[in-house]
Parts: sequence; structure tokens; C-alpha cells
Amino acid sequence: MGTYLVRRSLLMVLTLFGISVLIFVMLRLVPGNITDIIFDSAGFVNERQKKKIERELGLDQPIITQYGRWIAGLAKGDLGYAYVSEKPAIDEILPRIPVTAKLAALALFFSILFGVPLGVISAVRQDTTLDYVLRIISLSGLSLPSFWLGLLILMAFVHWTGWIPIYQSSPGNLWKEIALLSIPAAAVGFRSSALVMRLTRSSMLEVLRQDYIRTARAKGASDTSVNYDHALRNAVLPVVTIIGIEAAFLIGGLIVTETVFNIPGVARFLVEAIRWRDYPIVQNLVMFIAVVVVVVNFLVDMTYAVLDPRIRYEG
Amino acid sequence: MANHDHALELEKAGANITGRLSSLAFLARRYPLGAIGGVIMVVFLLTAACAGLTGLDPFTTDARSSLARPGGEHLLGADFMGRDVLARIVFGARISLAVAVGATVLGCFFGVVIGLSSGFFGGWFDLLVQRLIDIMQSLPLLVMALVMAASLGPSLQNTIIAIAIPLVPSVARVIRSNALSLREMPYVEAARAVGMSEVRIAVTHVLPNTLAPLIVLGTAQLGSAILVESALSFLGLGVPEPHPSWGRMLSESAAEYVRSAPWLVIFPGVAISAVVFGTNLLGDAIRDVLDPRQRQ
Repeated sequence: MGTYLVRRSLLMVLTLFGISVLIFVMLRLVPGNITDIIFDSAGFVNERQKKKIERELGLDQPIITQYGRWIAGLAKGDLGYAYVSEKPAIDEILPRIPVTAKLAALALFFSILFGVPLGVISAVRQDTTLDYVLRIISLSGLSLPSFWLGLLILMAFVHWTGWIPIYQSSPGNLWKEIALLSIPAAAVGFRSSALVMRLTRSSMLEVLRQDYIRTARAKGASDTSVNYDHALRNAVLPVVTIIGIEAAFLIGGLIVTETVFNIPGVARFLVEAIRWRDYPIVQNLVMFIAVVVVVVNFLVDMTYAVLDPRIRYEG
Repeated sequence: MANHDHALELEKAGANITGRLSSLAFLARRYPLGAIGGVIMVVFLLTAACAGLTGLDPFTTDARSSLARPGGEHLLGADFMGRDVLARIVFGARISLAVAVGATVLGCFFGVVIGLSSGFFGGWFDLLVQRLIDIMQSLPLLVMALVMAASLGPSLQNTIIAIAIPLVPSVARVIRSNALSLREMPYVEAARAVGMSEVRIAVTHVLPNTLAPLIVLGTAQLGSAILVESALSFLGLGVPEPHPSWGRMLSESAAEYVRSAPWLVIFPGVAISAVVFGTNLLGDAIRDVLDPRQRQ
């Protein structure tokens, strides 16, 4: 376990380093920089002022120096200044994290609450009408754009209650906040639960084909015992990895859903920063997302190694 | 090999297959959901191909029919600028098709080149590619496409590129693992024994055998390319005006029209969902046909 942990941690650091380079390069693909955009929109170019702004933002430095500064800053918790608000980027990003985290947790909760049991039922009742219905539901869940689902939910609320469930910054107590957030979380979670359901179903089917299941049946174990004592226990293992896949999957849904429901979280903030070309914010936010995804996957791998000794030994 | 298995199964089932058409009919009966997906895709392709013949006009604005209700002159209503929603949906099929096919083909091409060379030749190049794939897969598809689209600037072509790049790693990974196992096949050894060059072996012997998983993956990518395009355009960072993109139609009409003009929200979303649903149904059926090991 020790060597596996060390190897896996080193790999994680390497991946994060690679991501930081990738993000940095992606944002500087196009010729020109923020100052060109500022002056483009102003309609005239004042060379002296442009140079001054470039110097202030550190854009006159070679690209390697710029990258070095960013990483050194990251290590110290200094993310630079947002171009638009001129506040420290960290003060813009940190306060927006809790809302998104709550939303993501709720969505994940919904997706596992519905996805895992329905996936198991679908696998156990393979090729029955119930299985077909559940499969069509999960496939349509993957086919609906989550922002459209969000709009439909808004529409249903307006139609039946005449009220739009828009998030307020001070919802009172935690329970009220959770109630308000559960509506957008359902929009994100529906898509995710469809994914969880499909993955659970195929992992359960995989297990049901194993020899030890046949053995259990041969020795006369009841269907319930085979399905739930023998199969489900082993099928749950791969389901843990789903949470890792989910991490990346959920973020896509959060970005559009926060925009639809006007929730002031980090995901919507990323879109705004991209629109304003606020590179310090974009750069740090994308890095933050990557860190979340990588760390979640690392934790998932560790959990998996604890649960399944084969992984550790193959290392 | 995968194809062979299926032909055998057909024979065993006593299917009376005389030609392509009757084998298609057999498959349609065997995979009813896939057949529904196929029908949806055919309708989608025909809509995109024949958009110009319908006499519909997605561009003309008309102040008098601003936000016109569905029915009468505008079957599915009109948007704020008085443009016909049906016409924009019909012409939007072209944009969705262009983006889906363009991004998938581009993504698969680079994915195959990278996956094949890294899996077949191995060595330090393989190690490098694997790490690069890890890195790219740590960024969610939409985030990567958003950043790419923003730094490339809004245009149809750039949207296609921005969606294609995040598709590359998953294709490369699948092709790589296939190439790894194909590398050990006896016929590769035989080709080597008769003195064929490595590159030629890779192209003539390994590449054709990765076709089945590539088709399966490609169909799945079509749907996600359409979804990502619609999300990008919805956020205003995808296909620019005046192209009638389905996602863009929703952004114009987003939350504010939920109350006053629900038809602007409902119809484009139905179009996106139906087409993606079609690709997913078809994709599942194609996977079952081409890759019986994964059949569920």
C-alpha cells in the first residue's frame, strides 16, 4: 500500500504540473493580450498607456517568467489581481465556493440516491419491460442538455406556482437554502443519475456473469440472496469509481445550471470571467477545477485500493 | 473478429439473410431501440440536407411578428426579432450536423494517429502520450471546450476545433489499448517476418482492426459534440450570429421568455434532445453489433 500511495501521489503532482502548463499555454494561444482587448473595445490605441498597463500586469515579461510568477504565487496563496474588479483574485473566488460545493454535494446525493438502486434493479431484471423503461429513462437523461432541463423546471414552476425559484444570497437558514438549491441540484442530478444508473447496471451485469454467482445459484441460494448478498457487494466496488467520473461530469452541469438559475457560484463565475477575458480569474479557476477533479480521483483510487487488495498488489 | 461472431449468431438464429436490405431488417427487429435511433438520425440528416429546399427563411426579421405565437404563419412561433422558429430549427440542423461531424472526425483522426503510434510503437513516446492524456482528461469536457473556444474566438470553425480537442484523449486511450493487444497478434509477427516495415504494419494490419471500437466511440462522441456545442452556444461562446444554432436560440430566449414565450424555450431544446437521444440509441445498438463482448 505504501509504495502504491507514493507512486500515485507523485503521479498526481506530475499531472497537476502538466495541467498548469496546459492551462497557461491555452490561454496564451492567441496573439495579443488583455491590453489589446481593452484598447480594441475603447476603439483607439494609446501606446504609452498600453505599455504601462502591460508592465503593471507583468505581460512585458517573458512567458516563462510569467508562468514562474503564477506558480510561485499559487504556492503562497497569492493568485494575482482580477482585471475586472481589481480585487485580489482569491477574494473573488473563495466566497463563491461554498454555494457551488453545496449544489454539487446535493446533486451527487440525488444521483447516487436514484442511480444506484435503479441501476441494480435494471440489471437484475435484465431484458424485462422494466429494464427497457429504465434504460430509456437513463438514456434520455443523458440526451437532455442540462441547461434546457433547468429552463423546463423554471417553466413548470412559473406555470404552476407563478413563482420563479431564484437563489437569494441570504436565504435565512440552512434548510431554506437546501430547499432552494435542491431545485437546480435536481436539474444537474438527473443527468448524473442517468450516468450512475448506466454504469451501475453494467457493473452489476458484469458481476452476475461471474463463476461464483453460478456457484451460488448451483448450491441453491435464493435469487434474492444471490442478487443482493453475492452480486451487489461486488458490484458496489466499481460504483465507487463512478464518483471519480462524476466529479468531472458534474462540473459541466454546474456551469450551465448556475447560469440558468442565477446562482452566484464559482461555475457561473468561470463563464463570466471567460466572457470578460479576465485571465487571472480564468487561469486560477480552471486550475482549481482541475485540482478538485484530480484530488477526488486520487481519493477514489485510494478508497478502491483499500477495498480491493488486488489493486494494491498489482501496484 | 467481432463481426464474425455476429454473422455466426445470425446463422444460428436461422435468419434468412439474402442481401444487405434483409440483414438491415433483421438488425432492426433484433435491436428495436437502435432502429428508432436510426430513424431519428435519418430524419436529422434529411432535414440538414434538404433545409434549402423547404423554402423556409431563418434570417429575415419582421417586427410585426415579433414573439408571434405558434400557429398560422409561424408554425412554431417566432422569436423576438420576428424570425421563424421552425425555419431556424430546420437550418440549425445543419449547424449541429457540421459541428458534430466536424468535431468527431477531427477528434477521431488525431485520437487514432496518437493512440495508434503510442500503443504500437510504445517506448518513451507512449509514456509521454499517456501522461498527456491523463492531464487532458483531468479537465471536464465543457471547461476545456469553453477555454479553447474563448481563446480561439467565436466562429463555426473554431467551435469545431474547440470541441474536437477535448475529444482526442478518450479516442487515443481506446485506440492505444487496442493497438497494444493487436501488437501481439500472430499476423503482426508474420508481417514482421516477411520484412514489412513497422509503419506499414501499423497502417495495414493494426489500423483496420481498430475500426470497430472506433465506430462505437465515434457514434458516442457525435452526441456529446452536439451537447457541448449547444452548451457553448447557450453560454454565448459557441457558434456566432447569424448562424441559427439550437443552443444559441435558447440563450436568446433563456430565462426571460420562460414566462412570456415558452415556445422559444421548448422547441429548440426538443430538437437537441431528440437528435442526441437518436445518436445514443444508435450508438448502443452499434456497440452491441460490433462489440459483442460488451453486449448487455
